[in-house]
Amino acid sequence: MSGAEPFPEAARVSVRNAQLRSNLRHATHTIRAKRAKAVAELADWGRLRAAGAAIKDRTLRHLDHYLEQLESAVTAAGGQVHWAVDADEANRIVTRLVKATGETEVVKVKSMATQEIGLNEALAAAGIRAYETDLAELIVQLGDDRPSHILVPAIHRNRTEIRDIFRHEMGHWGRPAPEDLSDSPAELAEAARLHLREKFLRAKVAVSGANFMVAETGTLVVVESEGNGRMCLTLPETLISVVGIEKTVPTWRDLEVFLQLLPRSSTAERMNPYTSTWTGTTDGDGPREFHLVLLDNGRTDTLADQVGRQALRCIRCSACLNVCPVYERAGGHAYGSAYPGPIGAILTPQLRGTASALDASLPYASSLCGACYEVCPVAIDIPEVLVHLRERVVEGGSATRDGARVTIKPAKGHAAERAAMRAARWAFEHPRALRAGERLASRTRGLHPTRLPGPGAAWTASRDLPRVPPEPFRDWWQRTHGGREAK
Amino acid sequence: MSSREIILGRIRRALTDVPRTEVPRDVPVYRAYLRVHGDRTPEQTTELLAENLADYRAVVHRCTETELPSRIASLLAERGSRTVVTPAGVPAEWLARCTEVERVPEESTGRQLDAVDSVLTGCAVAIAETGTVVLDASADQGRRRITLVPDHHICVVRVPDQVVDSVPQALERLAPERPLTWISGPSATSDIELDRVEGVHGPRSLEIVLVSD
Repeated sequence: MSGAEPFPEAARVSVRNAQLRSNLRHATHTIRAKRAKAVAELADWGRLRAAGAAIKDRTLRHLDHYLEQLESAVTAAGGQVHWAVDADEANRIVTRLVKATGETEVVKVKSMATQEIGLNEALAAAGIRAYETDLAELIVQLGDDRPSHILVPAIHRNRTEIRDIFRHEMGHWGRPAPEDLSDSPAELAEAARLHLREKFLRAKVAVSGANFMVAETGTLVVVESEGNGRMCLTLPETLISVVGIEKTVPTWRDLEVFLQLLPRSSTAERMNPYTSTWTGTTDGDGPREFHLVLLDNGRTDTLADQVGRQALRCIRCSACLNVCPVYERAGGHAYGSAYPGPIGAILTPQLRGTASALDASLPYASSLCGACYEVCPVAIDIPEVLVHLRERVVEGGSATRDGARVTIKPAKGHAAERAAMRAARWAFEHPRALRAGERLASRTRGLHPTRLPGPGAAWTASRDLPRVPPEPFRDWWQRTHGGREAK
Repeated sequence: MSSREIILGRIRRALTDVPRTEVPRDVPVYRAYLRVHGDRTPEQTTELLAENLADYRAVVHRCTETELPSRIASLLAERGSRTVVTPAGVPAEWLARCTEVERVPEESTGRQLDAVDSVLTGCAVAIAETGTVVLDASADQGRRRITLVPDHHICVVRVPDQVVDSVPQALERLAPERPLTWISGPSATSDIELDRVEGVHGPRSLEIVLVSD
C-alpha cells in the first residue's frame, strides 16, 4: 500500500464522494455520543486514563525485560514463541507454520497486525486461502476492498451497499446469501452467521492478533463482539497469533485498567460481548498447538524516538478516528495504511519512515484541533507527535530506520516554507528591522491585496488574508502605556 | 544473529535515554482509580447486575435453589429444546425436571454441538457494573466450545456469592492460567453503520438465572 498517492491527492477524491461522506458522518456521529455517555459513567475516567498511559510507559521503557518474561511464560504454558523483525519474516513464519499442518485454508480473527504486514496476500501467494471472519472484514474481503477504520473496517459502506456485496459475492466464497436478503442489519448479520459457520466447523488452523499480552503470566487477550474470535480461538487445532511487541502489559492486574478503558472508548459499551483469555494450551480445550509471532516491523524504530514513542501506547480503540474532522471528510483509505485517522498519521510515518511522498504527507493530515488527544484513553498527545514529525519532514534530522541511526534529508517542496521561517527568525532576532517592517506594513495597508499571488493563491482561495492593523502592537502599547490611556 | 537477538538489541539501543539503573517499578503507576464505582449492599449489586445484563439483551431470571430445576425445565420447554449439552460438573438435579430433554456430553465435536439446541452451565464470577458473566472452564462450565456453538445458553449465577461489583474485583478472583471467556450479553456486532445488532456467531439467546439460597 505504500507508494500510493500522498494524502492530499487521495483525500481530494474521497471528499467529493457524497455517499462516502454521508456514511462516515452518520457512523462517527452515532458512536461519538454513545462513547461520551459510556465514559461519563465512570467518575474516575481521568485516573484510569493516566494509569493506562503510565502502565504502557513502564512497559515501553523496559520492553526488553517484559518480552523475555512473556516469552518464558508462554513457553512454560505450552506455546511456541517466534520473533519477526519485519513483515516479510512474519509472513514467512506464518506460511511455514500453516504448511506444516498440511492445511490450505485458515480462518482469521480481525487483526491490525496481520493487515499491516499483508498476511492474506502472502498466504495467497503460497496457495493458502485466508478467510476473514469479522463481519466488517468479511464485507471488505468479499467486496475486494480495503479497510478504512480500525474498529469497523467497512465503515465506508452503508447497509444497502453491504446487502449488494453479500448478494453478489458470498456464493463465490462459500454458502451464498439468501436470494431475498434485505438490508436490515439483523438479516445481514444472519447471512454472515450462516456463511461463516461451515468455515468455522471445518477449520483446522486459525490466525489471530491480540489486544494484550500479559508478561508475568503469558496470557493473551482478545476483545471482540461477534463470537468469530471465540470460534477461531477454540475450534481449530492450531492457533497462530501475530502480535506487535508493544501489546505487552506487565501484570494480570494491569488488565483491570485496560478492560475498562478499551470497550467504553471503542464500541461505547460497558463491556464488549466477548473477551477471551488464554495461556499457552489447555488439555482437551481449544487448540493443541499455539504459536505466538512477536512482530517488530518498525516498532523498535518508533521506540527510539523519545517524542514519537508514545504512539506505541495505542490500544487501537479508534476513538480518535471517530472525533477527527479530517478523517470524517477524507475517509480511511486516503491514509494509505492499515492505520487510518489521527493515530495512523503518527504511527505509519514512524513504522515505515517518511521516505515516500504518502508517508511524508501523513503528519499534515490534521488540523491540529486536538480532539484526538482529548478522547485518547491512553493520553497519546497526537498533535505533539504530528508537529514533531512535520519538523522532521521539513527540516530533516536524525531518525532510526531498521535499527540504525540515519540522517533524514529535508523534504523537497518545502523550500519556500523554510525560507519564510529563516526570514522570520532573522527578523525576530533583529528588533529594529522588525519594527521598521511592521511600520512599513501598517502604512501601506491600503495597497495590500486580499488574495495572495502565485502559489499562495491556493491558500487564499478559501481563506481571508488577515488584515494588517493600522498601527503595530508595540507602537500602540508605547503610545497608550499598555492601554491605560486608551485609544 | 537470531531475530530475537536483533529485536532485543534494537530495543536496548532505542532506550538509551533510560538510565541503566532504572528498574520497571521506578516508572510510577498511580492506581488512584476506583476499585468500585459506588457504594452498594449485596442486594443492590445483584440488582445492578440484573439491570446491566438486561440492558445488553440478556434475559434475566431469578429463583431460589429449590425452584431451579423447574425453572430450567420451563426455560428449555419454552424454547422447544430437545437436546442440551452440559459439562460433567453441572449437578444432575438441575436437570431433574427435564424428562423429555436429552443430555449431550461436553466432549462433543463442533459439528455435533452445531446440532444441539441449548447449553446449560454455571459460571466463575459475575460483574455487576458491566453486566458480565465469566466462565473459567471449571467442571460446571466445561470446555469453551460448548457455550459458543449452540444458539441458546442458560447460565446459572449464585447470588450473592458469585457476584462482584467491578472489573478489578473480578480479576482478583480469576486464575490467569485457566482459559477464560467473559460474556456480556448475546453475541453482537457494531459493524453495520456503527450501530449495535445482537446475534452473530455466538449464542443469540443468553438467559441468566440468578439463584439465591
